[in-house]
Amino acid sequence: MLTRLTIEDLAARFRRGEATPSQAAAAYLERIEALDGRVNAFLTVTRQAALGQAAEADARFTAGRPLSPLDGIPIALKDLLCTRGIRTTCGSRILETFVPPYDATVMARLRAAGAVLLGKLNMDEFAMGSSTEHSAFFPTRNPWDLDRVPGGSSGGSAAAAAADLAAATLGSDTGGSIRQPAAFCGTVGLKPTYGRVSRYGLIAFASSLDQIGPFAKTVADAALVLGVIAGADPRDSTSVDVPVPDYRAALEGGIAGLRVGIPAEYFIDGIDPEVEAAVKAAIEVLRGLGARPEAVSLPHTRYGLAAYYVIAPAEASSNLARYDGVKYGLRVPGGRDLIEMYGRTRAAGFGTEVKRRVMLGTYALSAGYYDAYYGKAQRVRTLVRRDFQEAFERVDVLAAPTTPGVAFTLGEKTDPLQMYLNDILTIPVNLAGLPGVSVPAGFTTSGLPIGLQLIGRAFDESTVLRAAHAYERATDWHLRKPTLEAPPR
Amino acid sequence: MTQPKISLSQVEHVARLARLELSEADKERMRRELDGILSYIDTLRALQTDGVEPTSHAVPLTNVMREDEPRPSVPQTDMLANAPDPSGEFFRVPRIIEE
Repeated sequence: MLTRLTIEDLAARFRRGEATPSQAAAAYLERIEALDGRVNAFLTVTRQAALGQAAEADARFTAGRPLSPLDGIPIALKDLLCTRGIRTTCGSRILETFVPPYDATVMARLRAAGAVLLGKLNMDEFAMGSSTEHSAFFPTRNPWDLDRVPGGSSGGSAAAAAADLAAATLGSDTGGSIRQPAAFCGTVGLKPTYGRVSRYGLIAFASSLDQIGPFAKTVADAALVLGVIAGADPRDSTSVDVPVPDYRAALEGGIAGLRVGIPAEYFIDGIDPEVEAAVKAAIEVLRGLGARPEAVSLPHTRYGLAAYYVIAPAEASSNLARYDGVKYGLRVPGGRDLIEMYGRTRAAGFGTEVKRRVMLGTYALSAGYYDAYYGKAQRVRTLVRRDFQEAFERVDVLAAPTTPGVAFTLGEKTDPLQMYLNDILTIPVNLAGLPGVSVPAGFTTSGLPIGLQLIGRAFDESTVLRAAHAYERATDWHLRKPTLEAPPR
Repeated sequence: MTQPKISLSQVEHVARLARLELSEADKERMRRELDGILSYIDTLRALQTDGVEPTSHAVPLTNVMREDEPRPSVPQTDMLANAPDPSGEFFRVPRIIEE
């Protein structure tokens, strides 16, 4: 079955002429048609365009001239990455009919590499959420248990990767929105260093935290995708001009002698005992591979979440000011004047969680409160960064749970703060701008995936991926697949 | 009982700043939810941060400059294609100045 193959194996078949990109695209499209009615990962399926791109890739393989390791590989993108001529909603009513006039840089790079776009994936509205229940259109389901959430905000990207509805997908991670759904769906999810991947054409949530990254079936596949999308971009002045190594080659060599820090503060009160046991077992696997685990302390971890819930809403309230019913998107007509049109349009176009965060951010930035909230949070951000800097003087990589718990049921978390607490172990990494990956590290007795989070130094994705790859080689969690083919209950 | 972090009139003020029309029911719910979140954020007060430099960005970057050279940009018609109420080469909006 072509949809089961890793990117590496699929590309090898293309090269040997044992399969064609058109066959692969058709297989994925057929699977999406058969199963996505149950998972609801896709907001838009670009069937005709995909088949056209695949036919072009066929010709390149026939000529013996593939463009890249991703040529002919079927992929899908979170619906906040602009795709020229293809509706891009950001999971919001306010952008329900928005058709971007340009491609995000990641899309342009994937096109140039020959990748085949299958469609656009569901998400929490404006990437604000941890369950994909805040999508304005419909919730996505966890492929391992359709009554549970896939995590969020990149829930569609994680579910599609886990359910083999695409060979790889892209998501974005502002406070854990790649790693947390990767953990919940039992797939690999990588958040690169801030500045590693261009954000041009990413619909902004919190600009100092947002970063684009891949979901894939294996660490090696994630490394291949990162190699294509990484690198400086003149269109994003925050992208950093650091050379892009061969991430695939960097996976080899093992982890003998690698110093692995275990942050005590990540094994918090209230952590699911099965998650804790699985992650501690994963650390023993790393030890068995020659790594040297040692205890480290990140003392400001508990303040990260509170700082994030000032900084991210503050940036969001500013970024989302552009949705005003004038240049694109929804407009609610009527009203006496321009100001009233703005208010009505935004009231109708934004969902509850987006409104809550715009209000929170506007409040935190308003006169009289700026220093107490935003100024304070930025100082706390410095302390969180310093924690990591000090830890990385002693160790090469950190290992911890990705999330304190596993996938919860739809509708279970009704209090906003309870939902926010999901991201308590992923947010500090965004505040510090570091790379982090979640890899499958076991299952609960009820069959729900558990994620191991590995965190590295800025721009040292290579070490993070090498450790993740070594762990993956030594275990077979990533080979387990959810069963979706059974008839509905 | 502890003092609420945010009052209904503050909610109304912030909603005006944010250009968000809220129904009466929305306002009270929003006040309650923001109150809970702001109380949680108050845990930051326990932390001594005097003399700590703020971080606005994880990667230290100073201003990034480029040559001021004209380059092709997206055609005007493409940029107007998504407008809810385009008029010729303009975005039309409701009246701003009172008669």
